[in-house]
Amino acid sequence: MSIVSASLDHAGGPDGALNGDALNADARREARGLFALLSPGLFLVFAVIIVPIGWLFWLSLFDESGQLSAANYARFFEQASYIKTFVTTFKVAFIVTGACVLFGYPLAYMLSQLPRRAASICLIFVILPFWTSVLVRTYAWLVILQRKGLVNTWLMDLGVIGQPLPLANNFAGVVIGMTHIMLPFLVLPLYASMKTIDVDCLRAGMNLGASPAATFRQIFFPLSLPGLASGVVIVFVLCLGFFVTPALMGGGKVIMWAMRMEQTTSLYSNWGAGAALGVVLLAVTLALLGLFHWLLGARATGVWSRR
Amino acid sequence: MSMENALPISHRQRLWLYALGGLVMLFLIAPSVIIVIMSFSDSTLLEFPPQEWSLRWYESYFGSVEWRDATIVSVKVAVMTAIVATLLGTAAAYAINARTLRLTSAINALLTASLIIPVILIGIGTFFLYARIGLNNTLTGLVIAHTVQALPLVVLTVLSGLRSYDMNQEMVARSLGAGRFSAFFQVTMPQIRFSMVSGALFAFITSFDEVVVSLFISGGETTTLTRRMFNALRDQIDPTIAAISTCLIVLSIVLLSAAQLFGRGR
Repeated sequence: MSIVSASLDHAGGPDGALNGDALNADARREARGLFALLSPGLFLVFAVIIVPIGWLFWLSLFDESGQLSAANYARFFEQASYIKTFVTTFKVAFIVTGACVLFGYPLAYMLSQLPRRAASICLIFVILPFWTSVLVRTYAWLVILQRKGLVNTWLMDLGVIGQPLPLANNFAGVVIGMTHIMLPFLVLPLYASMKTIDVDCLRAGMNLGASPAATFRQIFFPLSLPGLASGVVIVFVLCLGFFVTPALMGGGKVIMWAMRMEQTTSLYSNWGAGAALGVVLLAVTLALLGLFHWLLGARATGVWSRR
Repeated sequence: MSMENALPISHRQRLWLYALGGLVMLFLIAPSVIIVIMSFSDSTLLEFPPQEWSLRWYESYFGSVEWRDATIVSVKVAVMTAIVATLLGTAAAYAINARTLRLTSAINALLTASLIIPVILIGIGTFFLYARIGLNNTLTGLVIAHTVQALPLVVLTVLSGLRSYDMNQEMVARSLGAGRFSAFFQVTMPQIRFSMVSGALFAFITSFDEVVVSLFISGGETTTLTRRMFNALRDQIDPTIAAISTCLIVLSIVLLSAAQLFGRGR
């Protein structure tokens, strides 16, 4: 950098105006070249994501007879089945996010406290499921939780229960399966943020006489909250639009938002209604991410496309 | 760093934490382990642990024309997606890294849009678009849709490679007379090739495992493996899927280790 900028400074000497034009032209050519490198990727994203979503939004503004109307949105408040879908979706999202915090926080905390080598080995247990197909993991839970599955067989053999518990093809199955899939999305950003907490702060607290529990409560926990918030937002947002696990584990009884969208468009070919559902889902997602950004001044990191 | 973990708390005092963390780790890994073991069972009942061992579910997977065709479609699409996404993603990352363009944050937002927008909406939107331009049930359509999903991963991976590379080296090559392209291919690319390979592997697995968009836009002769699995699971729990799942788990492990290995080299 220094070599280049030094020579540029020279060029801008007494006859700078002349060279200045040449340099500006050069800079413009450079910018055009760089934009040409970006354009194929940008074009694809624009054509495959932005255009269709804009199109669907446009469609959602018209009723079945082609009249401009809010009918597609009004039905969300009028039809009980839509209200039920939203209630189910938010219930699942809250429970799964809560479960992820409950299980994920201790794990992330343990990972952050382990020596580096042990931590990187334990991290495999988080990263491997993260990169394993959602379909494979949902199938595994179906097998484990079904009526004659592993959990029921073992519990009955142990005499804990007399009847098989209904664990799959219902609400419980959806929550268990989704918790498993969402957990890494909470643990990874939380762990990353815990690693940045300065151990000296904790040591100072303990030197001043705080017990380990008080050090955790008064120093570590508050410092870990931004990372936790980031994980919570990611998990909650992913839950709202999640499709695969509720579709396979819900037994047709647990209808979540994304399933409703699929049914409305594929089964009933009602594009306006399906599009309206999508628009509201996108708006809620962006609002939550925006709120988080505004509150903490940080981007929710690690929203990877493993869904 | 050498002071890390130097708090005056013994491992003994932390036993409860290790126990709790261990249980959560077990919860995370158990389903994969159980499926791998069950896939070698001889029974149709998917009992655990299996009473008799056999490879019949693998024979049923590899012997079925339908499963084999779906696997071939998925492999083809994933390979092409990896190639296209790596080319486009590397070009984009190079441009972003130069930091001379205005609107960088808008460009970033657009490129990473597929990470934030609910995938179900992308699926429906893509189906809607493809229905009008005749790309539903085509390999090209699948590759384009998967490339869009994989692009952010490639851009982020290559960008992190470029950030740890000193761009002055390319400047020097150019000031010594190398053209723009030969400077990139002879000086820059050899030094970021590991992150490009990692990006390609991530793109491959993103495409191979993709379910939701493929459900909408693949079908007939271009039915992907995940779509066929999804439909099979809606009907019944076929033990053949345990064998397929095991293959997918092994694939994930292999690709992840390779990406890790390439990420470390440089």
